[in-house]
Amino acid sequence: MPSVRNIAKTLLLGELLQGLGLTFKQMLKPKFTVHYPEEKTPQSYRYRGLHALRRYPNGEERCIACKLCEAVCPALAITIESDASPDGTRRTTRYDIDLFKCIYCCFCEEACPVDAIVETRIHEYHMENPGENIMTKDKLLAIGERYESMIAADKAADAIYR
Amino acid sequence: MSPIAYFTTLEPQVQTAIIKAVEIVGVLLAVVIVVAFFTLAERKVIGWIQGRIGPNRVKIFGLPGTGGIGQPFADVIKLLFKEIIVPANADKVLFLIAPLIALVPAFATWAVVPFSPEFVLADIDAGLLYILALTSLGVYGIILAGWATNSKYALLGAMRSAAQIVAYEIAMGFALVGVLMASGSLNLSDIVRAQSGMFGWNVIWLAPLSVIYFISGIAETNRAPFDVAEGESEIVAGFHVEYSGATFATLFALPEYANMILIATLVSVLFFGGWLSPLDGYLASSAWLAQPSFVWLAAKICFFLFCFLWFRATFPRYRYDQIMRLGWKVFIPLTLVWIFVEGLMVYWHVGPWHR
Repeated sequence: MPSVRNIAKTLLLGELLQGLGLTFKQMLKPKFTVHYPEEKTPQSYRYRGLHALRRYPNGEERCIACKLCEAVCPALAITIESDASPDGTRRTTRYDIDLFKCIYCCFCEEACPVDAIVETRIHEYHMENPGENIMTKDKLLAIGERYESMIAADKAADAIYR
Repeated sequence: MSPIAYFTTLEPQVQTAIIKAVEIVGVLLAVVIVVAFFTLAERKVIGWIQGRIGPNRVKIFGLPGTGGIGQPFADVIKLLFKEIIVPANADKVLFLIAPLIALVPAFATWAVVPFSPEFVLADIDAGLLYILALTSLGVYGIILAGWATNSKYALLGAMRSAAQIVAYEIAMGFALVGVLMASGSLNLSDIVRAQSGMFGWNVIWLAPLSVIYFISGIAETNRAPFDVAEGESEIVAGFHVEYSGATFATLFALPEYANMILIATLVSVLFFGGWLSPLDGYLASSAWLAQPSFVWLAAKICFFLFCFLWFRATFPRYRYDQIMRLGWKVFIPLTLVWIFVEGLMVYWHVGPWHR
C-alpha cells in the first residue's frame, strides 16, 4: 500500500507543509546581524589594518632604515631610500607603502627589530584620488603619532606571546 | 458658496457620481499604499526567513524607530526618476502602453470586491464573472510587453506566462464553479452572506477547491514557486527584461503586487467568509467579536499575503513542464472530482445544503 500512502501524502501537501513549518520557525529565530555603523564586532589587538611608523617617547624616529621590511614584503609594497641624517644616524629619506599592493600580512611588523612599522587596528579608510594609495613617510608618522596610545597598548597586550 | 452647499444643489445622479468617484479614488489609493508597504513586507519577511533583518535604514522624516518604513517611498522615487529606455527594435507604442494594459485590470477588479457589509463599489450580480474576465485580462499586458520588447528573453517569458495562465485559469474557473454551487449566486456580497453561521465557510466544505484556487492564484500572478515567466536564472527577467524606471514600476511592481492582494482578497471572500467573523455562529450574535466588519477581511487578507511571501521564501521554482503537469493533470481532474463530490453533498443534503 505504500503507493496509496504516497499519493495521499502528496495530495495533503505533507512535505510542503513540513517545509513551511521549517521556514516559519526560522523566521522567529533571533537574528545575528551586526548593525554596522552603530554596532561593531569585537576586534583583536592583533588586527592588521592601516600601517603606522612609530617614534620613541622622546620624539626620535624608531626606524633605522635596516630595510628588513622591504626585503620581507611578499607583495613588494614597501620602497625605502636611506641617508645619514644631520645628527649622523642612519635614517630613511623615503618610506612608501603602496596600499594597493599591500596584502596586510604583517610580515613587516614581524621583521622590524625596533617596532617602528606597525599595522594598526584602523580599517575604515578610503582613497578618493589617484596617488592617495601611496602612504608616504609623513603620513605614516602622523598616523603613528595620533594612535600611539592604541598601538602601545596593543603591543603590550601581545608582548607576552613574543 | 461653500463646496458642500454647492454639492447639495446638484442633481441626485451627479451627487451619486461624485460620491462614487471619490470612493473609487479612495479604494485605488488604498490599494497603491498597501502595494507599497507589501513590497516592504516582502523584503522584511523573506529577510527574516533567511536569517537577515531586511531593509532597516530609510526612516520617515528621520524619526527614530521608523527605520525601513520609508523604503517603499525611496524605491518609488528612485524608479520614477530613472530613465525610461526603449530598445531600438521595440514597438515603441506597444512597449509604452503595455504597462498600462497590465495595470488597468489589476485595478478594475477591485470594483466588485465587498470590503464590508455596507461598502462595495459596484454591487453587481455577475461579480464572479467580472472577476474571472478581468483576472484573465491581466496577462495581455505581460504578453504585449514581451512581444513589444522584441527580445528573445522577453518573448519566452511572455509565452510561458500565457501558457501558464491558460492552464491555471481552468482550474481556477472550476474552483469558482464549486463556490457558485455552494452559494447559488454570482454576487460577491451574497457569496459572503451565504457563508455565515457555524461551519458556514466554504473552505470547510470545499477545502480542496480553496487550496487549488489559492495555488492557481499564485500561478496566475506569476509568483514563486510558479515564477518561470521571470525565471532570472534562465531568461534573465522574462517579460520585463528591457523595462526600466517608471515603466518598470507600473508594469512589474504595481500590477503584480495589486494582483497578489486581489487574489488574497478573493480567497478570503470566496472561501474564508470575507468580512464575516470567524466566531460568527459560535458566539451570540450580539457579541462584538462575532460582528461582521472590514477588520476581519483585512486580517484574512494579511494572512494570505503573508502566505505569498512565505511560499516564495520556502519553495524552489517549479520546472516548466512540472508546472504544466500540475495545472493540467492534477488540478483540473481534482477540481472536477470535488465538484462531483459537492454535487453528491447537495443531493444528499450534507453540509450547509441542509438548510
